[in-house]
Amino acid sequence: MITALIFYMFATILAGAGVMVISSRNPVHSVLFMIVCFFNAAGLFLLLGAEFLAMSLVIVYVGAVAVLFLFVVMMLDINTSELKDGFLQYLPVGAVVGLLLLVELVVLFGSWGFSADVGTHIQAATPSAEQVTNTQALGMLIYTKYALLFQVSGLILLVAMVGAILLTLRKRPGVRHQKVADQCARGTDTVQLQKVQTGRGI
Amino acid sequence: MFEIGLAHYLTVAAVLFTLGVFGIFINRKNVIIIMMAIELMLLAVNINMVAFSSFLHDMVGQVFTMFILTVAAAEAAIGLAIVVVFFRNRGSIAVEDISELRG
Repeated sequence: MITALIFYMFATILAGAGVMVISSRNPVHSVLFMIVCFFNAAGLFLLLGAEFLAMSLVIVYVGAVAVLFLFVVMMLDINTSELKDGFLQYLPVGAVVGLLLLVELVVLFGSWGFSADVGTHIQAATPSAEQVTNTQALGMLIYTKYALLFQVSGLILLVAMVGAILLTLRKRPGVRHQKVADQCARGTDTVQLQKVQTGRGI
Repeated sequence: MFEIGLAHYLTVAAVLFTLGVFGIFINRKNVIIIMMAIELMLLAVNINMVAFSSFLHDMVGQVFTMFILTVAAAEAAIGLAIVVVFFRNRGSIAVEDISELRG
């Protein structure tokens, strides 16, 4: 009963925030509603018993991806008034496609069920929560059976980092930078120390 | 109604995925909101994976959710870098302006 109420609360706020993400006029508001979305999805993950993924969703998405979006939205000087010009133009076709997709998915879920021998296809059964925590169970899988995939996903993040830096790095001509190496490499020939006698000057 | 099953979670994910598709259609002037819609769709996929993992008592779904999370983060970083470079060159992020490959 109370679980159902919590589920409906998370689901309703998730869907409402999703609507606001795609329909709000200001991109900054969109990013903030996306953060609400991620928090409520993390709540749903908690209800499903995936604690580690819920926390990593909050950390990775809210802490990194949403902040990245916020940085870019605020860095780009976008004219927010003309951003929504084509809003009504594409609304009918978008609504038709969206409704079609939703109806298809709901019909699919209505007429679908597990096959009788689904139990024989379980790859790694979830250990009971009293003995092994969710994080430990996940770790026992990704560091053994899925170690290669885990390494490759780390490699993907490295490539993404290198690519993002390479794309956005630019050398602007005519900008004066401090060159620390040159400053440190200066010898004593550029500076002279002189004794100044009192009352005479140099 | 008060017995939350797999179908409830799948419906939430379906609604979220549809919102993502709808968002791509109606936001033709702003690439950043299109990327946020893609993030919503990936989130819907993640909810599906975790729901199946939980109801089938199989941990592999959660493992792959983590990989989807990784790829989504990488995709957001690269996509936003491309948007920044494009804005620097053209001064606009409208989808209609991205037609340089048309020739």
